[in-house]
Amino acid sequence: MEYVNPEGLRLDGRRPMEMRQLRGEIGVVSRADGSAVFEMGNTKVIAAVYGPREVQNRSQQLNDQALVRCEYSMANFSTGDRMRRPKGDRRSTEISLVIRQTMEACILTHLMPRSQIDIFVQVLQADGGTRSACINAATLALADAGIPMRDLVTSCGAGYLNGTPLLDLNYVEDSAGGPDVTVGILPKLDKVTLLQMDAKLQMDTFENVMQLAIEGCKAVASYIREILLENTKQLESRRGV
Amino acid sequence: MEQRLGSTWRMTVNEKKFIETALLSDLRTDGRGPFDYRNLTIQFGSEDGSSEVQLGQTRVMGFVTSQLVQPYRDRPNEGSLAIFTEFSPMADPSFEVGRPGEFAVELGRIVDRGLRESRAVDTESLCVVAGKWVWSIRIDLHILDNGGNLVDAANIAALAALLTFRRPECTLGGEDGQEVTIHPPDVREPLPLIVHHLPIAVTFAFIGNESTVVIDPSHFEEAVMGGKLTATLNTNGDVCAIQKAGGEGVMQSVIMQCLRIASVKAADITDKIKKAVGLDGGVVEVAHERYESGLWTLILKNGGVWLLILLTNWSSKEAFCSFTLLHLLEKLRNKTFVLVGKAAWKGVNNLSKEMEKPKMKTEDRSINQDDMEIEIHSSKKDGSSLGDNKPKAFTGGPSSWDPYSKGVNVDELKASLASRAVVTPKEEMDTSPPLKPATDESLKDADPAPSSQETAGTTEHTNEAKTLKDAVKPKHKRKKKKNLHHLFETLLETRLSRCCNVNLLCSLELAIVACN
Repeated sequence: MEYVNPEGLRLDGRRPMEMRQLRGEIGVVSRADGSAVFEMGNTKVIAAVYGPREVQNRSQQLNDQALVRCEYSMANFSTGDRMRRPKGDRRSTEISLVIRQTMEACILTHLMPRSQIDIFVQVLQADGGTRSACINAATLALADAGIPMRDLVTSCGAGYLNGTPLLDLNYVEDSAGGPDVTVGILPKLDKVTLLQMDAKLQMDTFENVMQLAIEGCKAVASYIREILLENTKQLESRRGV
Repeated sequence: MEQRLGSTWRMTVNEKKFIETALLSDLRTDGRGPFDYRNLTIQFGSEDGSSEVQLGQTRVMGFVTSQLVQPYRDRPNEGSLAIFTEFSPMADPSFEVGRPGEFAVELGRIVDRGLRESRAVDTESLCVVAGKWVWSIRIDLHILDNGGNLVDAANIAALAALLTFRRPECTLGGEDGQEVTIHPPDVREPLPLIVHHLPIAVTFAFIGNESTVVIDPSHFEEAVMGGKLTATLNTNGDVCAIQKAGGEGVMQSVIMQCLRIASVKAADITDKIKKAVGLDGGVVEVAHERYESGLWTLILKNGGVWLLILLTNWSSKEAFCSFTLLHLLEKLRNKTFVLVGKAAWKGVNNLSKEMEKPKMKTEDRSINQDDMEIEIHSSKKDGSSLGDNKPKAFTGGPSSWDPYSKGVNVDELKASLASRAVVTPKEEMDTSPPLKPATDESLKDADPAPSSQETAGTTEHTNEAKTLKDAVKPKHKRKKKKNLHHLFETLLETRLSRCCNVNLLCSLELAIVACN
């Protein structure tokens, strides 16, 4: 199947280096301390953050830093066929672990000892790149909750099909069986925190694909920064500043 | 980085500082350099497809089993590969009984991505009836001791187990050709899996500030590290999978450097695995070469296997050698065959000396009805190296390679051999050409026939291996002599008595001796 036609257009009409349309919104869950919805094309993810609050399980309390918990789940209606997903299945467990460790690296946990920060991420529409969308949504939600962070964490995926590196794969391109590289960076520090890859790729090709994904992450970072600035301006105007 | 810290041992500040400070001067607590792996030993169990890997203090066991199942709907002609991890509570105080924790799931998925998504195991060959029956391969990884870096050890255990696993052969039958009969291993030789490449996982730990990178972190280093990166690569220069699940941020250049180091280490580990399983082609050296009166004697050495080749009436030694070598190396890939020639050759003093040099113990069980002595044992069963505990030694006599020569003249042979006191190679050679008539090996023609004959012969004998041993042992008890010469004699007598059946004679002149 041809994923990049001879004119250089992909299946959905994008260019190889083009990302899908981004859309983010803050403050969607009223009861949560911080929440956000993030859309990358057709992938839609909602994140809610509760914290810092008292640790619910005393045995897990950490005396010198905050405990970060994360739960990732996909809604039954998120994919093409409506499937009942078991809560603790292996893929969800792994992605929860990945998101938790990624956010934990950027939250200044030592400022909030003996407390707990919960991040809940739910996929509402899955069209490829759910992991990245979840991390971006979590970043927005954490910022909305006012939790101190070292830097934003943004994430984007890239792949390699028909001999071209492609940015931000959708579901059809993802299930083509080609390599899928997901990268998460701290944009201001220019450091890679999350890196996952599956399927085979030559080393130098991998370097190109990773570089492309990092560029995508930086584009997401600038968009997220815009949203946060916009949000702050609204807060300012509401407070009459 | 532990989630359930309530029941975990925690590191003291002193220990943590010590490890970090030592690493600033490139010292690790166990004396390794930052890019040194711990000692790796790979052992195999008694069954096909079981392996035990020890990487420093970390111990992991891998088991591979197979089952016929229905395929997935969207992949009707592919088999499946599934990995299950078992974090035994005896391995670490933080492992709990019951549901696998996060790290167990992560480890399972890393190994799974490396093996399945990179298509290391050929799943299409596992299909029996498209859409109805396929083989489902299940890999169970049991963690016995957590000394750090479980991912690498588990990956090696999975690969070693996959390489030594044999699935039963099954044939289609029945009226519509849809009925599948699985043959038990003693009826038909089980088949190995087709493994295209070996993806090796190499784990790096980032400790302290990100400029300190160590490979193969031990348990202490894992408790101190800020981030971990596991790169799965193969020796073809492909990156099969990468997992850096959060943790401390690192520069892109550091990641690429880690990948380059990982590719070197992966080549190392691949060699070790192949050696342990017995797959290394290795270099074939000519240990001894002699031509005397029309008889070529060659002793070749390939790793731990010695090859004695005796041939007569062969004009082009080089052609024969190169051709035989290729075939033999193919055969040696998975099994160590001991093929004993048709006639013992007592008089080759110089040769027998060569043969005696390596420790050899004759295996009498290998005599078979068809005058072809074959002892087949998979090197994996004996332990980690070839020729571990079951060396076999045999020589064959020289023979004629002519497939069209006439049958053996038994009387003549017996007479000549009876008079054999001090037999020189030349004499033997004169009498023995008529010995091996029905050689299908037609190596003269240098066509693939020998391989087919060999395989046919060997398969026939592999199948009969069990029955042969049972059948043969009581008959040939007298063969239990350590003395080579005696053995040759008795062998010869036995074989000669059956020489009459021309069809069963075969032309093996190759004696492969596995020795310590």
